[in-house]
Amino acid sequence: MHELPQQLANGLILGAMYGLIAIGYTMVYGIIQLINFAHGEIFMIGGFGALTVYLWMPAGSNLLAIVPLMIIGGVICSVAISVAAERFAYRPLRTAPRLAPLITAIGLSLALQQAIWKWYPNATKDRPFPQFKGEAFDVFGAHIQRGDLFVLIAAPVCMIALGLFVSKTRSGRGMQATSQDPDTAKLMGINTDRIIVMAFAIGAAFAAVAAVAYGLKNGQIGFKMGFIMGLKAFTAAVLGGIGNIYGAMLGGVVLGVAESLATGYMSDVPGMDLFGGGAWKDVWAFVLLIVVLLLRPQGLLGERVADRA
Amino acid sequence: MTALLEVEDLRVAYGKIEAVKGISFSVDAGQVVTLIGTNGAGKTTTLRTLSGLLKPIGGRILFEGKPLANIPAHKIVALGLAHSPEGRHIFPRLTITENLLLGAYLRNDKAGIEKDIQRAYDLFPILGERRKQAAGTLSGGEQQMLAMGRALMSQPKLLMLDEPSMGLSPIMMQKIMETIVELKASGTTILLVEQNAQAALSLADQGHVMEIGKIVLSGTGADLLHDESVRKAYLGED
Repeated sequence: MHELPQQLANGLILGAMYGLIAIGYTMVYGIIQLINFAHGEIFMIGGFGALTVYLWMPAGSNLLAIVPLMIIGGVICSVAISVAAERFAYRPLRTAPRLAPLITAIGLSLALQQAIWKWYPNATKDRPFPQFKGEAFDVFGAHIQRGDLFVLIAAPVCMIALGLFVSKTRSGRGMQATSQDPDTAKLMGINTDRIIVMAFAIGAAFAAVAAVAYGLKNGQIGFKMGFIMGLKAFTAAVLGGIGNIYGAMLGGVVLGVAESLATGYMSDVPGMDLFGGGAWKDVWAFVLLIVVLLLRPQGLLGERVADRA
Repeated sequence: MTALLEVEDLRVAYGKIEAVKGISFSVDAGQVVTLIGTNGAGKTTTLRTLSGLLKPIGGRILFEGKPLANIPAHKIVALGLAHSPEGRHIFPRLTITENLLLGAYLRNDKAGIEKDIQRAYDLFPILGERRKQAAGTLSGGEQQMLAMGRALMSQPKLLMLDEPSMGLSPIMMQKIMETIVELKASGTTILLVEQNAQAALSLADQGHVMEIGKIVLSGTGADLLHDESVRKAYLGED
């Protein structure tokens, strides 16, 4: 497993997942400057929503045919919880000091984990997630599992759709206006509350897609899966420049590839043989974050805060 | 004839500090009315309250006879009240065209919007030349033109301009003031807040002088321009 193409492919697959989740952090932050720490759990709930739909299907159904239904089920669950969180937990705190919604988000994150643990059948342990069977594809010397293909298609499709929505539609323009200057956006007749709900909903939908990808890749999902994935995705959002949707995806891919390369090659670096392998990959991810923030505090594609007139 | 806008005993506070302490004035259709006064007089607070960004603690605002209190800001635009805020507040990372389109956010008549964008370019040719440029790259005067053009895109019955001449070069200020005269000639009703009393009073039908939250003097533009105390306090004459 030392081949470069394989490491790059692994990194890309992981990074695309980080990127999809990171969109949710970055959109919400871009508009209301809230780090929604419950977003990792929104991702996790998307996985359980998708699994539920799968379990409803008759045994022996063609997985390819029911994946779209699983996505819809996951998206509905994630969006419903996320929009409810905005409405009942964050909106009442909109004018409160910044620390209040942040702590609320952390509390919500724990509550959602515990709710799944307690009430989802047999969720105290990881639950198996359906798998695509069949040979892996060979692309430039890298083996790509059938399930991994999903995120490699879904991530670019989601990004293109989001890019078009933001730049070409009236609501997308309203979203950009609200993130740049919320009071003036109101003067244009933009219902900024609705725009905020929309940002939460889009982020949740993307997280649910990522959760399906996660399940198909790992073959299991669990109530704790949102913690480290959420943390990595948040890192990706900061790395790419928080508030910038393209930065979120770029940050995800850079982080995923960096992790993968560190896992594969760090032990080959003289004197670093102790720090290679999968056990250290999280460490390298955060080292990368620290280095980027030292050199470019606004992130890869971020703009300096001073530009926000 | 009833006034387009009627403000009665309006009071606005930030926490415990009252910034507007019971002012009354009205604007008739087709008029240019100006509020002048120094920094901190409460002029901007008044405009922000009229457009719904701030909630009054007392008094009444009637627009075409309908009370405006308790209507959220984003719905007030729909009634025909446009606000070009102090400090211009264009959307810096959007293009000029996108900024203008945002001014027409609530409109659905595509052809009409196209026509009005063209009208904004006719009014301010420099905006037309730079339509694909990010608005943040414009000079202060150009940003002011964009802010005015954007406010006009909602086809307002009343256009509120807050300090349109602030921080501009004399030539640019001249251009902005000429535009206001043009807009007035075409029948636009304008509520103008200015620190440049000379310029504002010379084109206004009605003027009100504000001092620390109150209107201390009212009259026609010409009257105030020749008023002894106004000349002393605001026009820098001894």
